[in-house]
Amino acid sequence: MNNLLIIAGHDLRLAFRRRNEWFQPLWFLLLVVALFPLGIGPQPALLAQIAAGVIWIAALLANMLSLESLFREDANNGRLEQWLLMDGSLPALAAGRTTAHWLITGLPVILISPLLAAWMQLPQAAMGTLVLSLLLGTPTLSLLGSLGAALTLGSRQGGMLLALLIAPLSVPVLVFATSAVSDAASGFDPETQLLLLGVILLFAITLVPFAIAAALRIHLQE
Amino acid sequence: MSSHTSFWKRCKTWFHRWGSPAWFYRTSGLIIPWLWAGFFLLAIPGLIWGLSIAPPDYLQGDSYRIIFIHVPSAWQSMLIFAVMAILALIGMVWRIRVAETLAMCCAPIGAAFTIVTLATGSLWGKPTWGTFWQWDGRMTSELVLLFLYLGVIGLQQAIEEPRKAARAAGLLALVGVVNLPIIHYSVEWWTTLHQGTTISFFGESSIDASMLWPLLIMAIAAKFYFGAALLTRTRNTLLLQDREKNWVRETVQGEKS
Repeated sequence: MNNLLIIAGHDLRLAFRRRNEWFQPLWFLLLVVALFPLGIGPQPALLAQIAAGVIWIAALLANMLSLESLFREDANNGRLEQWLLMDGSLPALAAGRTTAHWLITGLPVILISPLLAAWMQLPQAAMGTLVLSLLLGTPTLSLLGSLGAALTLGSRQGGMLLALLIAPLSVPVLVFATSAVSDAASGFDPETQLLLLGVILLFAITLVPFAIAAALRIHLQE
Repeated sequence: MSSHTSFWKRCKTWFHRWGSPAWFYRTSGLIIPWLWAGFFLLAIPGLIWGLSIAPPDYLQGDSYRIIFIHVPSAWQSMLIFAVMAILALIGMVWRIRVAETLAMCCAPIGAAFTIVTLATGSLWGKPTWGTFWQWDGRMTSELVLLFLYLGVIGLQQAIEEPRKAARAAGLLALVGVVNLPIIHYSVEWWTTLHQGTTISFFGESSIDASMLWPLLIMAIAAKFYFGAALLTRTRNTLLLQDREKNWVRETVQGEKS
């Protein structure tokens, strides 16, 4: 746990100094969402209908694009080996990195989501559900994305491959999150979907760090 | 007691023998012709039975006959993912290279079965549903399954060192197999939400025996095909990976003379 906090704190400090790291995914998200009204047309009824899907897919893409370099530096400068030598646990390293990644790229998305909702004419009634679904869903995406980053460490082409591996695994999160938001928009109770998102998140938090550690270990083996 | 331990020991040695690429190459070479024979002996009568002898469906006429290809490949596409994950797990736990290679050779075959399933499903959907593609639960999960297979293949090809590639892709296969039920149920749930009714011809009414038998025969034939294709592919991969090693040189010289 201590290790996890050290890693996360270190990453956060770095991110505050390199503004691009947290600003670019956010910028990308705003741009993608803005492209939809431009491509489809500005009719409010049409936009409201696809709002949940557009915001969520944009968040998914922004999340995947920001992950590529998550472990690359560690792998290249030998920090992974050092970490193993000083008996640090790899799952803790993985969890720390992922927590920091979520705080740097996931949390800003949630903070800015009211603006996106306004752009996409999402009904007021669904605002709370959108924020909740992002709160419960984006950590799972960060965890899956970290796993993708660890798996693709040994490959030369990074970003595209990572997205190809991780997008199919993100299907359940996307399905439940968008249906929660559209249910709330049409006046139904989205509790079931939100609970399911929570279940998936708990499942991912308990298992994925170990899978990431296994992937990092595969990279370290000669 | 002692006979029991010796039996257990024999099983263990037998299992470990498969870990040797040379032994695997030789033994699988003996098995492959039998698997092909089994495939042809089942597939030819199964196809004739299914495509011409079995009665036409009272609702769909002759177009239903595509199920004799479609359903066995759908079953096979899902089964192969499970086999791949189990082999990857064996490779990971006992560090057996042959198991890792077998797991990697599962992926393209499974992807091929998935493509066959999707293509035959679309062809069947046009006359029956009036559209080549419907975002129906099973079709959508099958499509996601194809993307998962492609992910395993893509990751394996992106990493240069073969063993590292096989291990990373094997880990992805394991993650995929844990995820697949969740994906399947989420997609199923999604379709019941988006569409009022799900069209199902075989859901309630049980299939007639005259159609069931050729279907089962074709399903078993698909398993024989998978075995033969998997072993052949793995043999070739092992030959290629070990081309500098002695056993390959000896085998190739033995086969030439």
